[in-house]
Amino acid sequence: MSEPREKLLEVKNLRVEFGRGRKRFVAVDDVNFDIYKGETFGLVGESGSGKTTIGRAIIRINETSGGEVLFEGKKINGKISRELDREVIRNIQMIFQDPMASLNERAKVEYIISEGLYNLKNYGSEAERRDIVARALLDVGLLPEFASRFPHEFSGGQRQRIGIARALVMRPKLIIADEPISALDVSIRAQVLNLLSRLRREYGLTYLFIAHDLSIMHFITDRLAVIHKGRIVELAETEKLFAHPLHPYTRALLSAIPMPDPVAERRKKLLVYDPSCHHYETDPPRWTEVEPGHFVLANAEEEERYRTEIADAAPEVM
Amino acid sequence: MDYAHAEKILSVSDLVIKFNLRGRVLTAIRGISMDIYKGESLAIVGESGSGKSVFTKSFMGLLDSNGWIDNGSIMYGGVDLAKYTTEKQWLRVRGREIAMVFQDPMTSLNPLKTIGRQIQETVELHQGLRGGAAREKTHEILRDVGIAEPERRAKQYPHEFSGGMRQRVVIAIAVACSPRILICDEPTTALDVTIQAQILQLLRNLQSKYGLTVVYITHDLGVVANVADRIAVMYAGDIVETGLCEEVFYNAQHPYTWALLASLPQLGVRGEELNSIAGTPPSLFADIKGDAFAPRNPRALKIDYLLRPPFFEVSPTHRART
Repeated sequence: MSEPREKLLEVKNLRVEFGRGRKRFVAVDDVNFDIYKGETFGLVGESGSGKTTIGRAIIRINETSGGEVLFEGKKINGKISRELDREVIRNIQMIFQDPMASLNERAKVEYIISEGLYNLKNYGSEAERRDIVARALLDVGLLPEFASRFPHEFSGGQRQRIGIARALVMRPKLIIADEPISALDVSIRAQVLNLLSRLRREYGLTYLFIAHDLSIMHFITDRLAVIHKGRIVELAETEKLFAHPLHPYTRALLSAIPMPDPVAERRKKLLVYDPSCHHYETDPPRWTEVEPGHFVLANAEEEERYRTEIADAAPEVM
Repeated sequence: MDYAHAEKILSVSDLVIKFNLRGRVLTAIRGISMDIYKGESLAIVGESGSGKSVFTKSFMGLLDSNGWIDNGSIMYGGVDLAKYTTEKQWLRVRGREIAMVFQDPMTSLNPLKTIGRQIQETVELHQGLRGGAAREKTHEILRDVGIAEPERRAKQYPHEFSGGMRQRVVIAIAVACSPRILICDEPTTALDVTIQAQILQLLRNLQSKYGLTVVYITHDLGVVANVADRIAVMYAGDIVETGLCEEVFYNAQHPYTWALLASLPQLGVRGEELNSIAGTPPSLFADIKGDAFAPRNPRALKIDYLLRPPFFEVSPTHRART
């Protein structure tokens, strides 16, 4: 995209630590990325890489230990006013991974979807609230009469839709989807992905999509950041990342994606990432833009190598 | 895998498995016949509720107490396993002849015992080794599954291992008794992509080293493409298609298989909608007339609703109920 785009979210030098003193653990370190309005931004990494922590830090579930998170230009991490806090709640919503664990089993669907509305008094009359709930259910492909039922009466895919409806009623600008489909069956995944796409178009949503499954990411994200042990190692437009991955970790991750194609799978060469391939003691890495929109964590030596690779790969200009 | 000269190792005939759920009877397996060949890698593909786990658990007497084999036979080594009634009978088969690797290594390992103890237990029970010899064997097995420094690791507890390593331990325990058939129920679903690839490679190595017959139960078609010689697709308690890996992927015949393949994001085109399968699987409490997939098949014929389609042979190795 070449027109100047509006930044909805900016993450600068984000650092999240857990524990204190000896038991201190740095989960996320020096993370930088921006999310533009209307895009689907992906954050991919393995378990324990810190991707969920980043999502939770943005939405203020986890405290940040350093850096800034800016939403529409305003700082939303750290201590903020009650008013700003409410704005965050209204504008940034989350869809969770496990549909079996993220709904209150003892509450009716009606209440689950309305809870945010109750908290922020985001509605006029009772009738209006019920109407909002009914429309949210229809939006996600469920029937309004489901509002009077309990979560256990629904399948995983339906529960996930209820979770999406819950996020939608707040009319958020940004939805953080944390592994929204990994717990679902294969054919249901397609339904939910289609739904998320449709809602994005209809409501002008922006998504931060967090997952470990690269094949899904290729399909739905516009830009993708790869995270490894709390640091982002590469960030680029999705097509570019898949076509010309630079960082060895990104390459290893891409080589491991299972392809539903027997011939391709048998021919596949699995790359293994060995952190000792980097020599960072004398030449520490920096977050560098090696070509427009393509960022890598690299030291001077690696940066040069990557730039050469890009130059070699570029088609000749006639 | 040479199917022209393959020997059958397990034969299932007209198997029907039912469950009693608070008075109501659910038919989980609705009359399946299939053979498993010695040395092959068979993938049983299906979604939750298709019956794939129940099907293989019946080979090991692991059906829940409210389930029973209502009809059919499971021939193994000249014996009909479906007729087994006592634990004593099953102990001869379970673990020793047919072993299983479960999905979540955290719940299938005992958190209170060391890894070494858990593997050794199996070695002592099934191979009659004791003391030093058993310990030696344990270390050898740990090395086989790619765990370095086995002597040190054997003294550790499950929580000191990562997810991928725990799965290696579970595989080690399963392989420790030199079974002939290894059933892996979603062995890599809980693992990251890179670890998944390593575990699948490990299973392939063990298979050729020990001459195992491996049955993979999964819903992940990427895994299937990687490991399977042959595929059986299950839907609503029935097998709807079986064939060689390439045959099923490149020349699928059953509408459900098509739909499954068509709905994969890996094969999707960005910006377009994915092909999803409308509707939901039928209730297994009711008697299903005809083709269970007909209601969701836009190309179903009237007769599909009345009669269960017989197997149509596409090739000597490929058939589908269509």
